[in-house]
Amino acid sequence: MLKGRMIQGCRAIAETVSLCRPKVISAYPITPQTLIVEELASIVADGELDTEFINVEGEHSAASLVLGSSATGVRVFTATSSQGLLLMGEVVFNIAGMRLPVVMVNANRSVSAPLNIWTDQQDSMIMRDSGWLQLYAENNQEACDLIIQAYRIAEDHRIMLPVMVCVDGFVLPHAFEVVDLPSQKEVDDFLPPFKPIYSLDPDNPLTMGAYAEPDKYMETRYMIQHAMEASIPVVEEIAAEYKREFGRDSGGLFEKYRIDDASTVVIAMGSMAGTIKDIVDELRAKGGKIGELRLITYRPFPKEALYEALKGAQNIVVIEKAISLGGSAPIATELRSVFHGRPENPRISGFIIGLGGRDVTVEDLKVAIEKGQQKLTDAEFVGLRTDLELEGINA
Amino acid sequence: MKITLGMVTPSGGSRANKTGAWRTAVKPRFLQKNCIACDVCALSCPEGCIFGTGQKTYYANEDFCKGCGICASVCPVHDIEMIPEGGEDA
Repeated sequence: MLKGRMIQGCRAIAETVSLCRPKVISAYPITPQTLIVEELASIVADGELDTEFINVEGEHSAASLVLGSSATGVRVFTATSSQGLLLMGEVVFNIAGMRLPVVMVNANRSVSAPLNIWTDQQDSMIMRDSGWLQLYAENNQEACDLIIQAYRIAEDHRIMLPVMVCVDGFVLPHAFEVVDLPSQKEVDDFLPPFKPIYSLDPDNPLTMGAYAEPDKYMETRYMIQHAMEASIPVVEEIAAEYKREFGRDSGGLFEKYRIDDASTVVIAMGSMAGTIKDIVDELRAKGGKIGELRLITYRPFPKEALYEALKGAQNIVVIEKAISLGGSAPIATELRSVFHGRPENPRISGFIIGLGGRDVTVEDLKVAIEKGQQKLTDAEFVGLRTDLELEGINA
Repeated sequence: MKITLGMVTPSGGSRANKTGAWRTAVKPRFLQKNCIACDVCALSCPEGCIFGTGQKTYYANEDFCKGCGICASVCPVHDIEMIPEGGEDA
């Protein structure tokens, strides 16, 4: 029997954040993140969490506020989506550059224009180069587990970088699922109070994120890249510890699903990975040698671990809810670079699916998997409508 | 030298680096005639480099003044004027 209780994703996420005892929360509501913030506001208003919940006039302020609060040496939380994440943009980079262990939940949503409030992963993908770690959840249980782990990873003195926990908008925060939330004591035991290396204090002033001329700036970027690479074993270590303490496989670099003898491996992030597992089971039952690798940690991109996990495959089918416009399918592109110049060199095909909340159907996923086994595709859209005239293309 | 995580540096850097060298071609001259010690020039200075303790005592520390002219613009009694660099001392 499943342990836990039937709960809406947004509430489960908010309760998990509360269990992590942030001292400052600031966020601006934006669909589909809004319910998370509303639930947190309720928790604070009900006196269940001793925190400062600070309302602001927009996401740039929300990010700035958690930046400043984190700099004083306290644990902080924020959440956003889409346009909100874009508005936070420069602060997102500042938080990473100042090495502040902020944790943010991004409820993945498409980017305007045209205005569209539904889910895809273009928003967080844009922030991949910002110096934040990015963890993608498949379901609400994992979203909650990742938030707890995210604070441990971010605040680890070997890392000291912010972490973005990405959840597919609506599909996770608005869904009711059974989620097993740990007790306060369990979380307290796993997640000790934040111990900053540096913190702002009026009695002992210092400057953070100071000016760096060309003689120093480059070293700061090298240091972040180094910390990113160093975080790969830390992500694994903390996921292993989490499993020991909470009895659940959650987090880590990626999840391998029936890939050991697979000649075809499908790669995906987030909620559609569950649907793909069903397809894998169906194709396996017919004798297909197919499996799935669900990427959880997209930043840092776990290059060596991916090579080792995938080197036995002949076809890798990467199915993504994002596109680098004018470029290619982002994860497929990076995966190709992992295999470049190595002895094993499987075919890596990229497919774009489910943008702007278009349903990711079993049929469309099967189309991508079938095509990826037959030919090399760069960034092929699947699930496009054929009944429309598209000006400039066929009209 | 050590580069710390997040480029954390000791306090006092803003005082040590005399950024007045970036000043535009003008600087304020405090006329010391009509001053009512309202403090608006000091409060408005984006560099925080205007000081005074009473009527007709205000001055700008030229080691930091950028010559923006806000003080001259906000002075309610027109007791500050902007003069060319190299002119009479403020």
